[in-house]
Amino acid sequence: MYRILEKKTLAPSVIEMQIDAPLVARSAQAGQFIILRVDADGERIPLTVAGQDRARGSVKIIFGAVGATTMRLARKEAGDHIEDFVGPLGRPTVTENIRRALVVGGGVGTAIALPVAEKLHGEGKFVHSIVGFRNKDLVILKEDFAACSDLFDLVTDDGSAGRKALVTLPLKEALEKGGYDCMIAIGPLPMMKYAVETCRPYGIRTVVSMNPIMIDGTGMCGCCRLTVGGKMRFACVDGPDFDGYEVDFDEAIARSGQYREEEARRREEACRLFEGVK
Amino acid sequence: MMPNTQTSKTPMPTRDPKERVRDFGEVATGYTAEMAINEAARCLDCKNSPCVSGCPVGIAIPRFIRHLKSGDCEGAYRVILESSSLPAVCGRVCPQESQCESKCVRGIKGEPVAIGRLERYAADAHVEGPREEKRETNGRKVAVIGSGPSGLACAASLAGKGYAVTVFEALHEAGGVLTYGIPGFRLPGSIVKAEIGRLTARGVKIEKNTVIGRTLTVDELFENGFEAVFIGTGAGLPSFMGIPGESLCGVYSANEFLTRVNLMRAYEKGAATPVSPLGQTVVVGGGNVAMDAARTALRMGASGVKIVYRRGERELPARKEEVEHAKEEGVEFCLLRNPVEILGYENEDRKDTRAGRVRGVRVIRMELGEPDERGRRRPVEVRGSEYDMACDTLIMAIGTSPNPLIKQTTAGLETDKKGLPCDQRGRDGHLAPRRFCGRRRRHGRRDGHPRDGRGEEGGGGDRRVSEGKTERITGRMRFFRLFVNEKRSAYAYF
Repeated sequence: MYRILEKKTLAPSVIEMQIDAPLVARSAQAGQFIILRVDADGERIPLTVAGQDRARGSVKIIFGAVGATTMRLARKEAGDHIEDFVGPLGRPTVTENIRRALVVGGGVGTAIALPVAEKLHGEGKFVHSIVGFRNKDLVILKEDFAACSDLFDLVTDDGSAGRKALVTLPLKEALEKGGYDCMIAIGPLPMMKYAVETCRPYGIRTVVSMNPIMIDGTGMCGCCRLTVGGKMRFACVDGPDFDGYEVDFDEAIARSGQYREEEARRREEACRLFEGVK
Repeated sequence: MMPNTQTSKTPMPTRDPKERVRDFGEVATGYTAEMAINEAARCLDCKNSPCVSGCPVGIAIPRFIRHLKSGDCEGAYRVILESSSLPAVCGRVCPQESQCESKCVRGIKGEPVAIGRLERYAADAHVEGPREEKRETNGRKVAVIGSGPSGLACAASLAGKGYAVTVFEALHEAGGVLTYGIPGFRLPGSIVKAEIGRLTARGVKIEKNTVIGRTLTVDELFENGFEAVFIGTGAGLPSFMGIPGESLCGVYSANEFLTRVNLMRAYEKGAATPVSPLGQTVVVGGGNVAMDAARTALRMGASGVKIVYRRGERELPARKEEVEHAKEEGVEFCLLRNPVEILGYENEDRKDTRAGRVRGVRVIRMELGEPDERGRRRPVEVRGSEYDMACDTLIMAIGTSPNPLIKQTTAGLETDKKGLPCDQRGRDGHLAPRRFCGRRRRHGRRDGHPRDGRGEEGGGGDRRVSEGKTERITGRMRFFRLFVNEKRSAYAYF
């Protein structure tokens, strides 16, 4: 059992937790993920590490309470326990050979983009962050991004905060200006796909953080397989970061919807169970 | 006492196929006392005991059967325990037909003695018996990576010698393939739990949710005071064929499918980790895992299950009993066939909600050619014989390869071409004295004295602490190694 040390609501349905897991905190790096189970009969879900406090022995996770399991997790309070918490899994994000980076985050994915931006910033690199949300209520971590970015663009779909645009617009403008040598995108699959496509004519290195359906997270089940550069790769052990140009996004999108019906049914059940949480 | 001259094995009672295929309860219900005594009486107690040479850990088979002849289950159990750590497991899932029973003299005219069934009987009679006492350890810490059959056997062996053993498991439940892979109808979870319980009662610690290579590295284990590390991470990475369509929805590796059902209990109503409705299901492969996947699919409501295997019936690597059980339950065998492409619903018509899902598999007929280096006849494609089979689910059960995580994260750990850790050799290429080396065995082939597999001291400079038993269990546990940090020298006491 793993204790929840702190809980914060960053935006409606977007929650930050600090989990007591000293061994994970000790070795976690930006780009890696953990797998947790909320209860003894729960599913294993991967969440990318949003930060760690080595001295305190805690790992930060940020998640949107959008599915049955994340809704269950959101019901837990500081002081409660979760059943399982294992990690860090996957390979850390490689920041070598980058001088000027574009860090693109979308929705809850910005929570995972933040440690990458912070890492680059800490290494003295030029960081241009572009983060996008649906509307102003969902905006998270604005100050944190501003603090670690040399340039910072905030966009929303409806223009209620920052510019009314998709992340690809400021991304394209930045690419036009030039001088960047890497684009790191973390967020929903369609966002990552179009961020990569925006970069393609400019030929700069792209890195995407894939988050497919996983079970064990150690390479044992093959559920998280992706086609990258025509080859089958397992996101859990070969990734989660991959060269964006090489990833077959359409296949990844199809695979991510494999259990859509079951998920919808379980989500509805969870909604009924936690009346009022919607 | 005159031996029982009955030429066939005392039949194993099994549940009615129509009934058992609706649940995950055990198929073979086990011998009664009378059956066990009757079968034990078929053993001739040969002086040269050929059966023992067929057992990877050299269980004193005639000696344990002698106890059973007089109804002394506990005595029989104790004899088995001298050589084996997991009798209730091995009695159920070892390929006895190609090991001990293949050497039995009774097999020359008729069927061999049902050694596996007797082993299971003796073990089951004990499982409900008294628990083991916790013993004082000698304070010397050994880390075992992986709580699968290899790790459990190693832990049992070392704990028996007084070592303070900690087993590290990546998943949230211990047992490795015994828990996530082998279904309950063949090996009930309660048996695995009981065997693990026996270990923890003896003081073995099991640390779950700990991925060695990520949460802690092998070097960190040494730094934390472990004097030796046993790598029992198995061969867990699923193989795919490299044919088109393997990423379609509805295509599973057997590992994923079995993990969803066994470890994550997808069979329970409203399970958090589901499997989509299976429909017509094709399982590719002919081993035990393929049989497990096929029979699990039936129990999960598949409308029909076909096994597609590239060789013939005689070449099926699965235990005979599993093949028979699969047939009784209605699994159809499409032998001498090999998939060349998995077919999906086209993406063009976006209204079709099935787009991206599997709709069938194109197979090619095969015939058997010249024997390969292992003596099995090589399957050869019959040109132009492709045809399509419709299916809604396809499960790949064509094997696994070693998980590379430990190798990637442990500097200086040598591996062979297949990624299996080699004996850790000194710079001169010889086995360094006072290092611990497991013994690598190929499935079905013994390449060392059975003594090597029981954690006893080998001759000369190298001392072996490993468990050959695990080889018998899955046929896939091809490596297990104990190796010791160069800085440490206090490991000569094994």
